[in-house]
Amino acid sequence: MKHRSLVATLAVLGLLCALPPFLPRFYVYIASIVLLTGLLATSLNLAIGYGGLYQFHHTVFYGVGAYGTALMLTRAGAPAPVAMIAGPLAAALLSLVMGVICVRLSKLYFGMLQISLGSLVWVTVYRWYSFTGGDDGIHGVPLPDLIASAKGSYYYTLAVTALSLLAMRRIAGSPFGKTLQGIRDNPVRSEAIGVDVKRHKLAALVIAGFFGGVAGSLFVVVDTSAFPDMMFWTYSLEVLIMCLLGGMYTFWGPFVGSSTLVLLRVFVSVYTQYWGLILGTILSLVIIFLPDGMLGFFARRFRKGEVRGA
Amino acid sequence: MLRVESVVMSFGGFKAVNGANLHVGAGEIVAVIGPNGAGKTTLFNLITGHLAPDSGRILFKGREIGGLSPHVICRKGITRSFQVVNIFSQLTVFENVQIAVLSRERKTYDIFSKVEGMAAEEVERTLRSVGLHDKRNVESVLLSHGDQKVLEIAVALSGKPELLILDEPTAGMAPEETETCIRLIRKLSDEFGLTILFCEHDMGLVFDIAQRVMVMVRGGTVVQGSCEEVRRNTEVQDAYLGGSA
Ligand SMILES: Nc1ncnc2c1ncn2[C@@H]1O[C@H](COP(=O)(O)OP(=O)(O)OP(=O)(O)O)[C@@H](O)[C@H]1O
Ligand SMILES: [Mg+2]
Repeated sequence: MKHRSLVATLAVLGLLCALPPFLPRFYVYIASIVLLTGLLATSLNLAIGYGGLYQFHHTVFYGVGAYGTALMLTRAGAPAPVAMIAGPLAAALLSLVMGVICVRLSKLYFGMLQISLGSLVWVTVYRWYSFTGGDDGIHGVPLPDLIASAKGSYYYTLAVTALSLLAMRRIAGSPFGKTLQGIRDNPVRSEAIGVDVKRHKLAALVIAGFFGGVAGSLFVVVDTSAFPDMMFWTYSLEVLIMCLLGGMYTFWGPFVGSSTLVLLRVFVSVYTQYWGLILGTILSLVIIFLPDGMLGFFARRFRKGEVRGA
Repeated sequence: MLRVESVVMSFGGFKAVNGANLHVGAGEIVAVIGPNGAGKTTLFNLITGHLAPDSGRILFKGREIGGLSPHVICRKGITRSFQVVNIFSQLTVFENVQIAVLSRERKTYDIFSKVEGMAAEEVERTLRSVGLHDKRNVESVLLSHGDQKVLEIAVALSGKPELLILDEPTAGMAPEETETCIRLIRKLSDEFGLTILFCEHDMGLVFDIAQRVMVMVRGGTVVQGSCEEVRRNTEVQDAYLGGSA
């Protein structure tokens, strides 16, 4: 069993490595977007699926990760490795600050306050022309040659995504991950056995924010830009739908869900501009027919796999 | 070990606990009895930090614990079961006990180890001793009510408490389940010298296992003493035992 999952992982990685030579440039770009969006959705799932935290405005951390990296590269002229880590760290820090404010609230109130605070961040970025470029965003971010080409950025994205997923998988399967699942299941019982529920939630938020920021910094590498729409609240909703679609109670569900949506969007936008309509339809269908998401559905079907994220 | 002194706690204007006094010595089994709505559960919630007292003192090993958070009080050595089953219903029986052990060992912030199989030896031992070992991989929501109550005791025990509080441990149990549960409570007291504070409506059971009894009516302590003293007390007979004891 263990052996098999290792082989499967290596096979998928091998396939992804072999992909670029056979794909047109545009699709290499799309493949990179699929990867980093998968990372983004998985990081959200750490908070919402494992921790039961209503992280309704996750893309704020994605955006801040992107802006952090982009600003370091353009304004500060920092070396690329520093910029790459600065974005996610900024996201983690913001997550900590917002978490401290929100974490005492429960469920929906947590989510609503997070949307408000996140929108505050968005407005700041959107309006602060002199620093963030305002609604234009930042374009043409200079990158080292190695990761400047479509292929280079793809391989970089693949490597960072793979490592991040590995780390998150590890965290999900750690005592901390299990404790988080316990808190999601029953916070009162958790407290009664000595777990400091608020602190664990906060830690989960910071970790989720960090990896959301990593996805953001990858976006800068792939797209050489950062713009306010990345952290507009509707995009948070979209990432939430990715998790729902793929299955929140599985580790890989959100990745499957996000890949599906990203690819769908690419192909659908050739024919129509009513993406919102299609997204809404998908959401309704998922809620009605696949309450556990795609992976949850299959896991249930075949009585194996990793329902509720072991 | 535990001393509750004139504690008052009200919900809105209603004093659910009104001047309760309670003393539990080390190694004792003490029962709290009283009619429905007397404030027993509220008193337990005050002791374990799920509610904060308005006034009065709650001392555990000589230290004031009134108003502290539940997780802090747990760390000081008090764990509990609830009147309404309170377990990790979506986790397996094994995982329920495992989290409690990990929490006691302060490993819940560990993000590097693999949780699978951690503390397995202790978890299995605990499950064997409460008779849930063969159901260890069952999702706990699927257990019978009686098994869930026992599992909750196992979870509470895994915190290695000095004082174990049980809120109606046998409520809703089938007669043979009740038997098993009583035997379990006795064993805990005899083998581990655990101090136990519990409340129960079944008087037979109370006088069977408790060494001392505290009678609570309308939030206050009517009397506390040995089973004999309490049985003889006329006030108790009027108020609670219906004069029939
Ligand atoms: N959260 C609450 N809000 C308002 N009133 C409450 C609350 N919890 C309990 N009460 C009231 O406080 C009183 C004491 O309740 P408590 O649950 O402590 O009684 P009890 O002795 O445990 O009763 P039982 O034997 O039925 O479990 C009751 O009158 C109850 O209605
Ligand atoms: Mg009660």
